[in-house]
Amino acid sequence: MQIYLPIAEVSVNAFGLLGIGGGVGFLSGLFGVGGGFLITPLLFFIGIPPAIAVATGANQVVASSVSGVLAQFKRKAVDLPMGTVLLLGGLAGSTVGVWVFAALTAAGQVDLFVQLVYVLFLGFIGLTMFVESARALMRSKKTGGPIRRAHTHNWVHGLPFKMKFRASGLYISVLPPLMVGALVGFLAAIMGVGGGFIMVPAMIYLLGMPTKVVIGTSLFQIIFVTAFTTLMHAITANTVDMLLAILLIVGGVIGAQFGSVVGAKLKAEQLRILLSLLVIAVAGKIALDLLLEPQEFYSLTPGRLP
Amino acid sequence: MRIAGPLLIAFALWYSPAQANEEIVAGLSQNRVAITADFSGSEIMIYGAVKRDAPPPGSAPLEVIVTVEGPSAPISVRRKERRAGIWVNTDEIQINRAPSFYAVASTGPMDRVLSQTEDLRHKITLFRAISAVGTKSKVEDAENFVDALIRIRSREDQFRVMEGSIQFTEQTLFRADIGLPANLTEGNYRVRLFLTRSGTVVDKIERRIFVRKEGLERILYNLSREQPLIYGILSLLIALAAGYGASAAFRLIRR
Repeated sequence: MQIYLPIAEVSVNAFGLLGIGGGVGFLSGLFGVGGGFLITPLLFFIGIPPAIAVATGANQVVASSVSGVLAQFKRKAVDLPMGTVLLLGGLAGSTVGVWVFAALTAAGQVDLFVQLVYVLFLGFIGLTMFVESARALMRSKKTGGPIRRAHTHNWVHGLPFKMKFRASGLYISVLPPLMVGALVGFLAAIMGVGGGFIMVPAMIYLLGMPTKVVIGTSLFQIIFVTAFTTLMHAITANTVDMLLAILLIVGGVIGAQFGSVVGAKLKAEQLRILLSLLVIAVAGKIALDLLLEPQEFYSLTPGRLP
Repeated sequence: MRIAGPLLIAFALWYSPAQANEEIVAGLSQNRVAITADFSGSEIMIYGAVKRDAPPPGSAPLEVIVTVEGPSAPISVRRKERRAGIWVNTDEIQINRAPSFYAVASTGPMDRVLSQTEDLRHKITLFRAISAVGTKSKVEDAENFVDALIRIRSREDQFRVMEGSIQFTEQTLFRADIGLPANLTEGNYRVRLFLTRSGTVVDKIERRIFVRKEGLERILYNLSREQPLIYGILSLLIALAAGYGASAAFRLIRR
């Protein structure tokens, strides 16, 4: 069934959109990532103009994150104080990020920069996560599950402004989460995504939070970041396509529910290894686009160049 | 009178009777296209006849060309090149007015139906219709970029060349069917009809098709432009409600 999108001004298959929404929503519920880094390229692929894909993708991520976070709340797997601290850092970071993005756009070559950032970050995060969780998985298989220390003490624990994060079982300074939030917010604004795929590993490896809490907390803060992004896009560029968003959302919220059901049945190491594979796959795809000779050397961009 | 004499002769030569007495009369099956949510393209029938007050002159047959042109917008065409091992956009040109849709239909091959000079004057073929309007670039091979634009848009069915697709009966009645694709941009579409003989344009007329979004499409589009804040908040509310709804529904199912 074809449907005409009022803002994007293209006609697309409605079931295809439901499928994309469902698939990305499933992964979102499973891993606690918003799915922006998947949905935006997928929308490009089916012919939605880039600016509309980015803005509407953010809107869909709001919905699937809400759906996912509610499922996590029931499981008491959301660390609200931690989420709030990360969010505060994130908003500051994304404000700077938006500004840098605008400066890069004016200088040209922003596409290339975004692609390179994607490859570097996704590749790095994916590989480290993969190696770490593969090791953890091997270890647990060998000895039948040794006691895993949630985190190790290091310089981080000497910092002031300590705060108790009960759900995470942490008593640490608010400075590291603020910094992590700011860094993720900055990158998210530049890459046009919610930043879950950076946030999740950062919470696990940099802050030492338990994986089960990480997913809910990540989703919680993604809601606010993407809601902010959606609103900004709608106001400044009129690029949110509501009809497109609704179709993606209907698929997405259902997918997210299934994802979190499946996620609850998997071990933390298995979840991490799957997420790392997904991240590596996306990084690999973007890297190939940069390296392989394209079929079409020319591309069209509607509108006037600066 | 001394000045008017030669002028009158020149006028008479230019306004030769062979060209004067053949005119196009034409109509469209519809001059309004409504884009609704389930819009999946539209077929426009352009029909007409040749009106003459004398028998057709000469031996060369008449030919008909029909063009349909969507609203124009500026577009940038970029070219990728390999730099330091990766493919990056290097050169680009700016085309000030590229039509969002362009179709040319004719009674025969374009090089027979239309001469180069007439094409230049009326900007009928795809290449002329696009490169006619100003391009701004520093690259030397701008025509490669125009070719690429034509190639990409043709692949997406936005540009169409339909040589020999017009039915022309008894050198009098003609009919052209032009399909508008589902990916249609809102605006006024210009329809041009040309009557040619030996590659020279004998007569031409213009019609318009008004393409408008309607119903839900119209409401959403207007809201997004006129009340962007409300539109944005509404989008978010839908997202929140859908997220909450799905979660609540699943709780019920699992119980």
